[in-house]
Amino acid sequence: MTIPLPLFVAIPLGMAFGLPIFGAFGQKGKRAATVLGNVTTLVLLWMAVTSIGKFGVYQVGRWSIPLGINLVLDGLSSFLLLTIAVVSAAAMLFSVRYMEQYTAKPKYLCLFLLMVTGMNGVVLSGDIFNLFVFLAGASIASYALVGFGCEHEELEASFKYMVLGSVASMFVLFGVALVYGNTGSLNMAYVSKAIAASGINPGLGFALALFIAGFGLKAALVPFHAWLPDAHPSAPAPISAMLSGVLIKSLGVYALARVTFNVFGIFATSDIAVQMGWILVILGLLSMVAGAFLAIGQWDLKRLLAYSSISQSGYVVLGLGLGGLMIARGGSLTAASLAIVAGLFHLGNHAIYKSLLFLTSGSVEMATGTRQMREMGGLASRLPFTRATATVASASIAGVPPFSGFWSKLLLVIAAVQAQFIWVAAIIVGVSVCTLIMYLKVQRYVFLGELPKQMADVKESKGSMLAAMVILACLCVLMGLLVIIPGLKTTILDPAAKALTDGSEYASNIINSSLVVKQ
Amino acid sequence: MLYALCFLLFMIGLYCVLVKKNMVKIVIGVMVMEYAVNLFLIMLGFRFGGVAPVLERPDIDGETGQVLAGFLSASVDPLPQALVLTAIVISLGSLALMISICIRTYEKYGTFDITEIRRLRG
Repeated sequence: MTIPLPLFVAIPLGMAFGLPIFGAFGQKGKRAATVLGNVTTLVLLWMAVTSIGKFGVYQVGRWSIPLGINLVLDGLSSFLLLTIAVVSAAAMLFSVRYMEQYTAKPKYLCLFLLMVTGMNGVVLSGDIFNLFVFLAGASIASYALVGFGCEHEELEASFKYMVLGSVASMFVLFGVALVYGNTGSLNMAYVSKAIAASGINPGLGFALALFIAGFGLKAALVPFHAWLPDAHPSAPAPISAMLSGVLIKSLGVYALARVTFNVFGIFATSDIAVQMGWILVILGLLSMVAGAFLAIGQWDLKRLLAYSSISQSGYVVLGLGLGGLMIARGGSLTAASLAIVAGLFHLGNHAIYKSLLFLTSGSVEMATGTRQMREMGGLASRLPFTRATATVASASIAGVPPFSGFWSKLLLVIAAVQAQFIWVAAIIVGVSVCTLIMYLKVQRYVFLGELPKQMADVKESKGSMLAAMVILACLCVLMGLLVIIPGLKTTILDPAAKALTDGSEYASNIINSSLVVKQ
Repeated sequence: MLYALCFLLFMIGLYCVLVKKNMVKIVIGVMVMEYAVNLFLIMLGFRFGGVAPVLERPDIDGETGQVLAGFLSASVDPLPQALVLTAIVISLGSLALMISICIRTYEKYGTFDITEIRRLRG
């Protein structure tokens, strides 16, 4: 059974505007809205699972594709859809209890689902203008969610995020306009064909630079990262989990990869392929190193996690960049696809364990009322489940075997060695050690040591919060199976990497499929 | 030349965002950038002496049923106009949100000066 692709956008969009109506019916309405919100994310999860391994093109309103809007599902899209669905289902489950401390819960659910709509739209969109529209939609919802608490810090962070995010959106729109002016098309497949025929002229080169800056700002890669450490900690914990876990990946890393690998088809054909590969590798390395060093010095728990997100998304971009560089140099395609698989696998892993870490930080903050690590200590005895899940996530992110982070970093190191970048492999291992240090710091100051007197009777979180954390912790352990069991790797990870390594095949697949529809 | 002026407008907006201290002026800078991009999109489809891209009976050759070359070379490109409409709606949404955040921030801090709104550090 094939799921019609527009439902991935239509269901959360419809529910987003349906749920606030329940707010008018008092407590009962609020409870109903919460249940419906959870049902929505679970339905999306089921839809994402069934769409794995499929390829589909949907033409909106039956307009044939160079003219109309189209949605495309390929290996990369379905991998991202699955990641978004898993994290949003867990974050939604966590919010059931956590968001009781805020007023206006139905509005929160509305913004949450709008953000999911935007992210699903970005990963499914088959033309670059709609990519921009969905990107702007998801961004506006996330600006509002960052400022959801309406206190001093939240408003300040939200404003900062909003200004930089809007500038990023404008860069992307300017790039879209330049691409349209130079190729006469907005459909990714046709743009890709036109660029393959004409090569990259100065106008398209400028558009590419604007895309790198725009999506780099959204992905918070290091020269563009200033907003992230303010914005992510200020949001409510489940939203921090969504922002760090999937928003920066689907809006930033995915869009960057899609545009460079598929739309511009840089690594397959053009003469700036090697330079582009180096740009991605250097952006990745800078983010990894700078993010890790800045994170170690933090004393605010959520701020430390936010800096570590910068460092971890650097790994993903590094993997993609190494893969692109190997294709550009005409190296073996298996080695290139190993690097890209490693990057994408790390993307999935990071989504799971970073959202888990933000959820545990929310649980700690709810119990103790502070985020400052200096004021905490000895919480292991009071919050045993939070401590256990946080330890699993920390072990994963630091790359301790057999947890998930170990496998993706191992693949990345192997790929770097195969590409004969021994120094890159050394940096990967070095940053891993830094990551281990920062999470040992979290363990030491939050969960071990002496319990302060005023925290002697803090309570462990219960119910839905606990369930969400335990589910994600189990996933952290099980994610390793994705590379160990060959069947899972060939159905989930390999098609996603193949969509990127065979850059120009994306265009011909879509154009061929539209011919089939016409007959 | 016109494109260069359009790019200059974009850079003026970016300068305003980066340099100004007043929150409202920063918002104005973002809006200037958006208008510059919208203007650029409109100019992509613009033609001097162009006609509306709507086919009427005189524009079609009666014998062959083909669209006349005169219409094809004179009609403006309608697609950028549709894009600009969408982009304007999006920028309206984000403008409303930005202004409301500015108002809430002013209520909390009592100032629009971003050098004084600095509780987040590190």
